[in-house]
Amino acid sequence: MMTELVATTPGLYPLPDWAKDELAELKGHQKGDLIGGDEGPEITDAYDRARTEAVDAQVDAGLDRVVEGQLRWDDMLAHPLTINDAVETGGIVRYYDNNNFYRDPQVRGELTPSGDVGAELDAVGADGDLQAVLPGPYSLADLATDEHYGDDADFLDAVADLLAGEIDAFPAHETLFLLEPSLVEAPPDDDTAARASEAIDRVAAATDADVVAHTYWGAVPEKPYAHLMDTDVDAIGFDFVADADASLYNINEYGTKDQIAMGLVDGQNTLVESPETVRDRVEWVDERTHTDFERAYLTSNTELFYLPVNKFEAKLEALGDAAALAEVDA
Amino acid sequence: MSENNRAQFRPDDHPNDHFLLTSIVGSYPKPKWLNRVSDLADDPDSKFDEDHLHEAHDDACRAIVDEHERAGLDTVSDGEMRRNEMVEFFADRIDGYEFNGPVKVWGHNYFDKPSVVDDVEYDESWLVDEFEFTQSAAAKPVKVPITGPYTLASWSFNEAYDDDAELSYALADLVNEEIEALVEAGACYIQIDEPALATTPDDHAIVGECLERIVAGVPDEVRIGLHVCYGDYSRIYPELLEYPIDEFDVELCNGDYEQIDVFTDPEFTTDLALGVVDVHTTEVETVEEIKENIREGFKVVPPENLTVSPDCGVKLLPREVAYQKIENMVTATREIEAELDAGEIDLGPEVSAD
Repeated sequence: MMTELVATTPGLYPLPDWAKDELAELKGHQKGDLIGGDEGPEITDAYDRARTEAVDAQVDAGLDRVVEGQLRWDDMLAHPLTINDAVETGGIVRYYDNNNFYRDPQVRGELTPSGDVGAELDAVGADGDLQAVLPGPYSLADLATDEHYGDDADFLDAVADLLAGEIDAFPAHETLFLLEPSLVEAPPDDDTAARASEAIDRVAAATDADVVAHTYWGAVPEKPYAHLMDTDVDAIGFDFVADADASLYNINEYGTKDQIAMGLVDGQNTLVESPETVRDRVEWVDERTHTDFERAYLTSNTELFYLPVNKFEAKLEALGDAAALAEVDA
Repeated sequence: MSENNRAQFRPDDHPNDHFLLTSIVGSYPKPKWLNRVSDLADDPDSKFDEDHLHEAHDDACRAIVDEHERAGLDTVSDGEMRRNEMVEFFADRIDGYEFNGPVKVWGHNYFDKPSVVDDVEYDESWLVDEFEFTQSAAAKPVKVPITGPYTLASWSFNEAYDDDAELSYALADLVNEEIEALVEAGACYIQIDEPALATTPDDHAIVGECLERIVAGVPDEVRIGLHVCYGDYSRIYPELLEYPIDEFDVELCNGDYEQIDVFTDPEFTTDLALGVVDVHTTEVETVEEIKENIREGFKVVPPENLTVSPDCGVKLLPREVAYQKIENMVTATREIEAELDAGEIDLGPEVSAD
C-alpha cells in the first residue's frame, strides 16, 4: 500500500474533568453563562491550561495533525455564529439526533468575521502540523436561524463568506477539516446541493492548506454526494462506523478525491478500538475501492466531546498507533 | 386490566361518588439540608458518614411522604429522595455497567453516562428497600417509579450488545425481575419512565416489546403506568394503545393541550394520566385553571379512566411551589368530582359513562 496514513481527529474535544469543574464554577450552568467571545482573564487562563493538555494528549498519542480541541465551543459546531456580534442566542435546541443541546444562533445583522477561531489557533503555538477545524458552511447555516438575510441562498453565501473571513485570520496550518454532518442529517435538495458545494469551495479557497470536507452519522445521499465531488476540496471524509456500505457505494459509484478521510473510530462509544482493528478497517476500505489514495486521514467519525476523558485519550492512542502500525507493515 | 385495579386506590373516606385518581410522576424537590449533608458524606474529612446519610434519607423520605399526604394525594411516593439521577441510580445497581466519568449534555451541565461493558445481570434489588421504607411511612398506597429499559439503554454507551434494542430487551427482563420483587414486597402501582422515547419516537415498537417483557407474570391487580415526557405524541399514537399497560401518563400542560386531539382518534382505550400542572414554571396554577386542565382530559376518556398528575417530576421547582401546585391539583380534582356528582359537567356524548 503506497498510501500515506495521517492520524488525526475532527476536534471538539471533551474538557479535562478539572476544567469541567473549574469552568462551571467560573461561568455558571445557565445558558446566559456560556461563551460569548469576551471572557475575562480567569476563564481565559483555565482554557489555556486545558488547551495545553489537549495538545499534549495528541502529541503523546503520536497523531500526525494537532487540533486546538475547540474546548471553548460550548455550542459545538454553532460556535462561530454564537460568538458573533451580529447573532443573538435564542433557546436551547437539540444538537442533531443527540442528547446534547446548543443555543439557537439567530442571525440579526450582517455577518462579519470575529477573529475568534484564529485567536484560538494562535494560542496553540504548534509547529507545522496544525490542523484547523470549522463547521462547513452548509452545516453552520443549517444549525442557525436567519433573521436578517431573508433568503436561503443569500444566507448560505453569507455564512461561507464569514468562514472564509475567519480563515484569513488563521495562522499557518497544514490541514483544514470542514465538518459537514448536515449533508447527512438534513440533506439538501438538488439546487441547494449545488449551492452548498459552491459555498464549500468559497471557504476552501481562503486557505492554502489541504481541505477535508468531513461527513458523518451515515453517508451523504447520492445526489448531494455527486455535487460534493464537484468541489475542489482535497478529500472527502466518510463515516465507516455508522454506514460503511453506503460510504463505499458513494466512493465506487461516484468516485472520490485522491485523498480520503476515513472515520474508523467511533466518537460516540466508549468501546476502544485496538490499533489492529483500526488497521483492519483501513484495509477493508482499501480492498473494496479502486483508488490508490495518495493520503488517507485516519480519524474518529464524529467529534469526541461525547466521550469521558479516559476513553477519549484511549481513542487518540488507537489512531496514532494504528497509523504507525500500518506504516511498519507497508 | 384497568377497570379493576384502580378501585384499590379509592380512600375509604373519599368524599365524592366520582373518583379521579390523583398521583405524582415521581421526583420531588429535595430538602436543602439533604443536599448539604450529601456533600458532607462525600467529604472524607467530615465526620458525617454513610450511616448518617442513610438516616438523613429516611428522615427526608418521611418528610416528603407526609407532604404528599397533607396535599391530599391518593397515591404517594418518597419523591425519589435516595436517587441521584434517573440512569446513574439504576446503572450503579446492575452488573455489567461501569462508569468512566462525566460527559457533556449542554454548556457546563454534565452527566455520568455509564457504559454497558458486559451482559447486564440482576444482582442486588434496586428499589425494594426504598419501597418498604416508604410504605411503612405512608398511610396511602405508594407508587414506585422505575426508569424504563429503553431509556436505560439509550442513555448509556453500549459496548456489549449488537444494538440498543437487544440491550433494551435484556434490561427489560431485569426490570421484570425487580417488579416481581416489589410486588412480593406489596407494591401495587408501578410507573415505567421512558423519557428517551420522546426524543426517538420511531422506536415505539422497541418500547412495546420491552413492556411485554416487563409485565410478564405480573398480576393484573398491579397497576402499571407508562410516563413519556413532552414530545410529538402523534408519532407514538395510536401504536401505544397496543402496550400492555393500565395507564399512559402524558406531559400536555406544558404545551397548553395543543396535542390533546391526538388521543381522540382512534378512541383512547387505556387509562389517561393527564399532566395538569406545568413543572417548567414556578407560577402556581389556580384551582380554577387546573379544573380547566382536568376537563381537557374528558375529551379523551370518561372520568372513571382519568388519573390526575403533574406534567412530570417536580424536582426542579422550589419546594413550596411544588407543594402548592400539588395541593391545588388535589383541590381542583375533588371539586371536579363533586361537580360530576351533581351532573354539572357536560361530558359530551362520545365519552359519557355507560
